[in-house]
Parts: sequence; structure tokens; C-alpha cells
Amino acid sequence: MYEWDFTSVIENSDLLWQGLLGTLAITGTALAFGLPLGLILALSRLSPRRWLAWPAGFVIEFFRTTPPLVQLFWFFFALPILIDIQMTPYLAAAITFSIQSSAFFAEVFRAGIVSIEKGQWEAARAIGMQRPQAMRRIILPQAVKRMIPAFTERAIELMKTTTLVATVSYADLLYQANELAQKTYRPIEVFTATALIYFVVIFGLSLCVQAVERRLAVSGDSTVR
Amino acid sequence: MDYVWDFGSVWEYRAALWTGLINTVRIFAICFVTGLSLGLMMGLARYSVRRWLRWPAACFIEFFRNTPVLVQIFWFYFAFPILAPFEISALMAAALGITLNSAAFSAEIFRGGIQSIDPGQWEAGRAIGMRHREIMARIILPQAVRRMLPALTNRGIEIFKMTTLASAIAYADVLHQARLIASVNYNPIEAYTVVAIAFFVILYPIVRATYVLERRMAKGD
Amino acid sequence: MSENPILTIRDLHKSFGDNHVLRGIDLDVKQGDCIAILGASGSGKSTFLRCLNFMETPSDGEITHAGKTIGTVRAGKPRHYPEAELTKVRQKVGMVFQQFNLFPHMTVLGNVIEGLRIVQGMDKASAQTRAHDELARVGLAEKANEYPSRLSGGQKQRVAIARALALAPDLMLFDEPTSALDPELVGEVLNVIRGIADEGRTMLLVTHEVGFAYHVANRVIFMADGVIQEEGPPEQVLKNPQNPRTQAFLARHKQFEF
Repeated sequence: MYEWDFTSVIENSDLLWQGLLGTLAITGTALAFGLPLGLILALSRLSPRRWLAWPAGFVIEFFRTTPPLVQLFWFFFALPILIDIQMTPYLAAAITFSIQSSAFFAEVFRAGIVSIEKGQWEAARAIGMQRPQAMRRIILPQAVKRMIPAFTERAIELMKTTTLVATVSYADLLYQANELAQKTYRPIEVFTATALIYFVVIFGLSLCVQAVERRLAVSGDSTVR
Repeated sequence: MDYVWDFGSVWEYRAALWTGLINTVRIFAICFVTGLSLGLMMGLARYSVRRWLRWPAACFIEFFRNTPVLVQIFWFYFAFPILAPFEISALMAAALGITLNSAAFSAEIFRGGIQSIDPGQWEAGRAIGMRHREIMARIILPQAVRRMLPALTNRGIEIFKMTTLASAIAYADVLHQARLIASVNYNPIEAYTVVAIAFFVILYPIVRATYVLERRMAKGD
Repeated sequence: MSENPILTIRDLHKSFGDNHVLRGIDLDVKQGDCIAILGASGSGKSTFLRCLNFMETPSDGEITHAGKTIGTVRAGKPRHYPEAELTKVRQKVGMVFQQFNLFPHMTVLGNVIEGLRIVQGMDKASAQTRAHDELARVGLAEKANEYPSRLSGGQKQRVAIARALALAPDLMLFDEPTSALDPELVGEVLNVIRGIADEGRTMLLVTHEVGFAYHVANRVIFMADGVIQEEGPPEQVLKNPQNPRTQAFLARHKQFEF
């Protein structure tokens, strides 16, 4: 029978804590860039101009259909050869997850925008608004409210996906756990504790999402996925 | 941007990439079939009238949905072998992690599909004297599966993408092979570009098919 | 009375794919006209109205508003309607929809000042004064700070009317403004519309309320199959219709009282 011993994990908990901060940092960065980029992609894809809509559609579909780990390797190993930059694990991860999440956010934005009744567009046009004005003043404010649950769900997916950065030696929670497991020869305790930390953080977040969803449902707003 | 692309160096190693692709498909097939079957069982258990079935199923689903799949794979690769009385290969560890993760996600799809069926169908089943299990198997599931088809296809696509994580524990999937080729040849651009395009070419037609499916269902239902 | 018409429509056509909905409509709308448009569903009456502020782009024909023919002609191609030009026309042609289409994320006041502030760039104080006047006209001044979800259907439609009037249009379009309302709420909206007509505003009204059309309109149009079948003063079209299609339609709506 295996004897569990968490003392080495507890003694080195600051390492895991730093890892968690690393996870939050890369998630935050990807959100900060991914959300605006996703909006731009969505608006471009919905644009009546084909030269805008088509490339945006391609970027969205490409980054949604290829594995994030392949994207990460490409940006980490291949991009610095193509353009002359000093590539770091953080930079590669930031680029990958910003673009990757923006592709998913774009679809959330798009679903939210097309879910708004046609009458809202017509009412905006009837008082003389141009398309960009109607989008900014009438459509988006309503759409964003409906998108909140889908957004938070995506943000949670993003946080889980950031574990991939461990494979290019960015010091996120999983990477730190791996280091610690090798150092202490206690992989069971370390990886179990790590899984629990992820669970607590992510499950906590998704409980918040469910609360938001319930409140929106009570206030009578439908939501989009 | 005066880089000279040279796909010839990748072409030379096409046999290695092909082996990787076969391995990718192999682990995908294992995870897809076992993940969805287990997911169906979990979804049914989650919806069961018996609390001792419902509770563990809920815990399983929530735990595996709310932890990153790579953490699960690492756990099965680095931690589990110490507890298990047998050898754990990279394929087994990765397949375990991805399967359990997929089971949790597809359980929610099955549950949602089952709950989307009008309660009148249950009543109609009971009214002609069918038991819970019979109604589920003969009335509810056949209708629910049709509705769940787009979501399950999407899950399949996610699983296919997820298989690349197996390369992180040195399972020889297509990404792992590309990484080897890249390090031997110093041609990461071509190697990774080829893999990215391969995934896109394989998955995009399926993505399009789900769009068509979703649109048809939105009209039909 | 030698003034030019506010709106002239010449040979207006509209097709949706193979469906030829409007098949050549000619009409002059003069200052102060209140024109009721009647017709069975599918007759093209709503499409006709929606072409007049370019909610639908006409497939063929000419619409001249305040002396200016809208759109530009291009050799061998359908007439082109630049959005900048349409937004100008739409500010002068107010529209009230069957489904109200209030902006749910804005207060009643916000709905009414939106066009003034954002489209016309009016300063906030003037816009609010104007909006309050319009809300008072439709009897909803005290609801200014409510959100639309708190209003009844009749109140919503009155706000929608105030929103359209706020831009001081020279022509108002009403697209079945009472069709989505519970019967007991129809009266309050019709009263507001009648008040606007009595002010001498120019308006076109698509409606099923034959009695209302008789009392308020100075001209009645009966449409079927995408063309105007019969047109004239209400006494003539509604009491003594010449066209057999009009007669059949009115026979089915015999319950109205004059």
C-alpha cells in the first residue's frame, strides 16, 4: 500500500504558488489581447466587404481547427526563424493563446451579434444610423450582455489550455509541478495537489459563471453559446 | 522575410510523419470510442433516479471538466505508475487522460440531449406501461442522439486536436514526429507548418459538415 | 397649392429572388396627405412602405424625396443607393414598426434622444428638451426614465412614435402599428396617430383598421398583387369601391363602423 506524504509539497508550496501566478499571468495576457482581437475578427467576418470577411473567416477557422499545441510549437520554434526576434516561452505563449482564444471569442461575438433581432437593425437604420453606429450603439451593447456566459466559459477553457506552455518551459503551475515532482520524487502528491489546485480555481470560476447565467435567465435575457 | 521555404526536407521524412499520423488516429479512435461510451454511461448515471449513482457521476464529471487535460495526462504518466501494479505506457497514460476528460464532457452533452426531450415523451412511454430503462432506450435516446449529433461531432474534433498533448509525454504522434524531424533537420518552420495544415485539411471538412448539420436541424426542429 | 409633392414614386418594383412583390407602383404624396394603404396580407403593402425609407432596396423605379431623386444611375446596372444618402433621407422619413423595435438597453428617454444625439449631433440639453416634448405629445412624459420592458405594448408603440417624431421628419410611415397589440391597447395608439394626422403631418399608414382609415385618411389606396388596384378619397374607395378586388376585400372586413 502506498504511503501518501504531502509534507514536501507543503514545504515547496511557494513554487506552486509562483506557478499559479504564471498561469494567471498568461491567461490574463491572452484575454487582454484575445478579446479585442476576437471582436475585430468577428466584425470583419460579418462585414459585407468580402476582402475583409473572407480572410477573417479563414483565420478564425484555421485557429479553431488546428491543435493549440501545434500552434504553440510553430510560434516558439518556427516564427523566430522567419522574423528576427528573440523568442521567449512567455512571448510564444502570449502570441499563441491571444490568437487562438481570439478565434473562439470571435465566434462568441458573432453568435451574440446575429442573435439580435432584425428589428433592432431596422429601427437603428430608420432613425438614420449608419451600420457602424448601429453596431456600436444598438447591437453590441445588447449582444455583449447575452454573451457573458459564453465568454466566461471560453475564458475558463483558455485557462485550461494554458497548461500547454509547460511544454516550452514557461513556468506555469504545471511546469512548476513537474519540476517539483522531479526534485522531491513525490510525483503522486505533487500532481494530485496540482490537479486539485486547478480544480478549485476552475470550478470556483465556473460556479460564478453559473450564478451569472442564472441571474441573466431570471432577468429574462436569453444567452448564446 | 527572405526565408527560403524548403518542404523537400519534410518530404524526405514522410514515412516518419505517416507513422505519427497513424499513431494519432490510433489514440483518437481509442479515446473517441471509449470516451463517448463512458460519457453515455456517466450521462445516464447523472440522470438516474438512484442517488448513489447520481452523486459519484456528478463528482466525476465536474472533476474532469474542471481540470486541464494535460494535468490529467501528466498525472497518469508520472504519478499513476507508482500506484498501479502494472507498466503504464505513454499511449495508455495519454489515452486515459483524454478518455476520462472526453467522457466528462460528452456526459454533459448526453445529459443535455436527454433533458431536451419533451417530458410528454416520458409520460407517453409510461402510459403504455414501459419501464424507465425501456423508455430511455427506445423512446428518449433515439430522439436525443439526433439532436446531439452536432455537439458530439464537435467533441470528436476537440478530441482529435487533444491527441497532440500525448506528444508532451513522448508518445510518437504526428506532432512528436514533426518535432523529431525539426530537430534533426533544423527545419521547424516546414515541419510544424505541414502538421498544422494536415490537421486543418483533416478537420475542416468535418467542421463544415457540422455547420450544415446544425443549420438543417435549426430548420427541421 | 402649386407646391411640389414631398414624395413621388415612379414605376416602383421590388423582387425577392423570383418573387416579384411590387409590380410597378406610381404615387404622389403631397404635403399634409394622410394616406391609408389597405390590402390583404401578401399584397405587397408593407414592402411598398418599407421601400419608401429604403428598409428594402427597390429593384427598379424612382423615388423622389423633397425634389431629389434618391440614388445614382449607373449604366446598365440597377440604381445604386449610397448609405450616406439613405441615412439623410431616413432622418426626414420617420418609421413606426409593427413590432415597435424599441432599444431595450436604453430608457424611454434614451430611445428618443438617440437619433438626435448620435445621428444629428445635437447637444444633450436640447435633445432632452425635444425628447420630453415628444414624449408629452404621446402622453408618456412621466415614463421617461423607465426601460421599455416595463411598458405595455401600447406604451411601447407610443414611445416608438415619439422616437420617430423627434427627428422632425417631413413624412411619417406607419407599418401596421397596431397589429401586434392586444385589442384593448389599440385605441390609445390610434388616438396618438389621429392627433398627429390632425396636426397636418404628412403620413402613410399601412393598416387593417378600415374604420380608422375612413375617419383619418384623406386618401385610401387598395393594393393587391403588388400594384395599386384602386385609389381615391375614403368615401369613394371604402363606401363605393369600383374594383371587384376592393369590393371582395371590404366584404370580408364588413364589421367596421363608419
